Amino acid sequence: MEKNNNLSVLLNGIIKENPVLVLILGTCPTLATTNTVNGAFGMGIAALCVLLCSNIFISLLRKIIPDSMRIPCYIVIIAGFVTIVKLLIQAFLPSLYATLGVYLDLITVNCIILGRAEMFANKNPVVKSALDGLGMGIGFTLSLCAMATIREVFGAASFAGIAIPFMQDYKIEFFTKAPGGLLVYGLLIALIYVITKGKAPAKTSFSCQGCPNAATCTIETCSKKGENA
Amino acid sequence: MDMFKTLIIILLSSVFVDNYVLNRFLGICPFLGVSKKINQATGMGVAVTVVMLIATAVTWPIQYLVLNKLGLGYLQNIVFILIIATLVQMLELFLKKFSPALYNGLGVYLPLITTNCAVLGVTINNINDGYNFIQSMVSSLGCGLGFLLAMVLFSGLRSRIDESNIPAPFKGLATTLIAACFISLAFMGFVGVVENIFA
Repeated sequence: MEKNNNLSVLLNGIIKENPVLVLILGTCPTLATTNTVNGAFGMGIAALCVLLCSNIFISLLRKIIPDSMRIPCYIVIIAGFVTIVKLLIQAFLPSLYATLGVYLDLITVNCIILGRAEMFANKNPVVKSALDGLGMGIGFTLSLCAMATIREVFGAASFAGIAIPFMQDYKIEFFTKAPGGLLVYGLLIALIYVITKGKAPAKTSFSCQGCPNAATCTIETCSKKGENA
Repeated sequence: MDMFKTLIIILLSSVFVDNYVLNRFLGICPFLGVSKKINQATGMGVAVTVVMLIATAVTWPIQYLVLNKLGLGYLQNIVFILIIATLVQMLELFLKKFSPALYNGLGVYLPLITTNCAVLGVTINNINDGYNFIQSMVSSLGCGLGFLLAMVLFSGLRSRIDESNIPAPFKGLATTLIAACFISLAFMGFVGVVENIFA
């Protein structure tokens, strides 16, 4: 029973509550790093590492951190892990470091990571939080790679940097540029709606669920968060 | 004169060409979340601009006078995010106490900006691009104005979308993203214009 429960926590992040395509979190890195498969995969793995470590740490410290100071504490923990991951990538994978650039720093303010800390890790024991982090991270990586595959194959006629010979004459550069990212993301969300019709909760608007500021936010969009959840 | 030209180019390119929302994808959350009504979009845009300017004015000296002097450059990320979070909270308290009118217009958007990637992004980018203090301030102003422009344009577009009949799978976020795609496409027309404005 216990094992099944843990497994469902892990799978939850990959399919039912996929952070990118179902919860619509972490839109910035999703759109910015998916023009190449390599960049998307690197971004996904970097975020996965940070998410796993921060979820474990926040879960360990959940009884020590005072409630009123929790957001700053989470931010410091997350920023610490982001710095570690960034320094490691800079040292061992310089080409990936150049591709990701400032987006590596911006993992700190990625709403998936803060959102999971707020929604899951501060209420659940360590093992579960670690599995949740792992599942969410894998879900994030998979959706990023799926989007990047579409964009790179159609836009640059290559996959992970390897050229696809018969498509060379049919590049649609639009897909690798900024507007292409928005279009592909929009189409994928529509596709998910068609596939899961009636099963997945349809997101009709941008969700504030998981936004770390939701508790203090007074804007109309956010005060409706109960309806979306 | 050359310095002035550089500043103008930085300003125009950060408003139009390297628009933070439409080209670099920073600050997408408020762009999609708070752009339903034009007055909300304007308030959010102005608040982001103000916070970007203040954040740059504080983080630039700290990077060059404190972190670099002490060889602590690797702490950039942690230090910047804490400074921004603190600044935003202070600004909110200050507005609440001294200017309730301004608080109602701008202050309500401040909590949302605490962990906004556009603000952290602009401060880090200014350091990475090697801008001096004045260039950094101009670049922040440009990014803020670019954000405001994108928000206002987009809220206009969204009010039209709300009234139209859309196929079910595209309802809501999917259409919003595709509409953002068209605005982004329009902004791509500025590429190459700004760099050659003085040529």
